[in-house]
Amino acid sequence: MTRTRTFVLVGVVVALLIAGVGSWYASSSPDGLEATAAEQGFGDTAEDSAAADSPLADYSLAGVDDARLSGGLAGVVGVLLVLALAGGLTLVLRRRSSGSRDGADTGAHDTATALGTSTRDELDDPAGRR
Amino acid sequence: MHVPDGYLDAATTAGTAAVAAAGVALALRGARRELDERTAPMAGLTAAFVFAVQMMNFPIAYGTSGHLIGGALTAVLVGPWTAVLCMTVVLLVQALVFADGGLTALGTNVTLMGLVAVGVGYGAFRLLRAVLPAGRTGVLAAAGVGAFLSVPVAALVFVGLFGLGGVADVSLTSVAAAMGGVHLLIGLGEAAITVAVLGAVLAVRPDLVRGARHLQRATTLAPRPATAGRPAAPTAVDAR
Repeated sequence: MTRTRTFVLVGVVVALLIAGVGSWYASSSPDGLEATAAEQGFGDTAEDSAAADSPLADYSLAGVDDARLSGGLAGVVGVLLVLALAGGLTLVLRRRSSGSRDGADTGAHDTATALGTSTRDELDDPAGRR
Repeated sequence: MHVPDGYLDAATTAGTAAVAAAGVALALRGARRELDERTAPMAGLTAAFVFAVQMMNFPIAYGTSGHLIGGALTAVLVGPWTAVLCMTVVLLVQALVFADGGLTALGTNVTLMGLVAVGVGYGAFRLLRAVLPAGRTGVLAAAGVGAFLSVPVAALVFVGLFGLGGVADVSLTSVAAAMGGVHLLIGLGEAAITVAVLGAVLAVRPDLVRGARHLQRATTLAPRPATAGRPAAPTAVDAR
C-alpha cells in the first residue's frame, strides 16, 4: 500500500505541475467545436455561462494580475478540487461496497459509517435499486 | 469539445440531461463493483490528471486546437463505470467553477465526454484486447484505437444532437464534415496521450491498470494482499 500511496502522490504532483505550470504553454487557439461553430456560422449562438462570474472563470484566478500566475493557480485549485471530489466519491462508494456486499471484509465498513450519513443517503437513491 | 449554453434548444438540452442523469445513476451502481483497494485511490488521481491534461490544448491544423477528453484512458485505468463518474466530476467542476462548458449544457457534455467517449473508447478497447495478442503491446494498441475512435464518434454524436435541436439554421452535412474532420485529428492526439500515459503506468505499476489485470494474472498467481479474499471483484464487470 505504501508504494500505491507513493504512486498516487507522484501522480498528483505531476497533475499539479501540468495544470499549474504546463498549461501556460497550451495552445490558445479555439478548440475543434469552437472553430467549427465559427466556421459554420453558429458560433454566435453560444451564450455566456451562468458561471461566467466565477472567480476562476476561464481558468484564471480573479484578482491576480499576472496572467501566468493567475492561470497556474486556477489550474492548481482545479486539480485539488477534482481530486477531493472524485477521490471522496470513489472512497465512499468503495467502502460502502465492501461493508454491505461482502459482509466481514476488512473493517472498512466502520470507516464508511464514520464518514457521515448525508453523502451516503444521496448515493443510496440511484444505486439502491436493483 | 465542451458545449457552451445556447447551441442546442431546450428540449434537446433537457433530453441529454436526462440521459446523463440515467448514465450517472447506473455508474454509481456499477462503480461499486469496480472500486476496490486498488482502484479507489487511482480514481481520484485519474480524474485530477484528466482535468490537468484537459488544460493542455495542443495545436492542430488551421489555427484550431484540441485537448484530451480522457474517457478511454480513464476507463482502461479504473474501469468504465468509475470512468463515467470521474469524467462527470471533471465536467461538473469545469462547468461550475471554470465556466468551461455551459451550465445548462452540463448534461450534454456528460453525455458526450462521459458516456459516449467512455463507452466507445472502452468498448473498442475490450473488443480489440480480445483479438490482439495478449501482452503490454496489445493493451496499448487497443487503448490507443479506443481513444482515437472516441473523439470523432463523440463529435458526430454532437452533430446528431445539433441536427435534432441546433438553434442555428446551418447545413448539417457541412457541420458533420467539419466536426468529423477536425476531431479525427484531435483523436490522433487523444490516442498519443492515452498510449503515452498508459505506457508509463504499465511500466511502473501494471497492477494499477484495471484494463490490464489479465497480464498480472497470467504472469503471477500470487495473491495480492489488498484483494485477497475478494477474487470475484476484478471479473465482476467482465461478466456483464
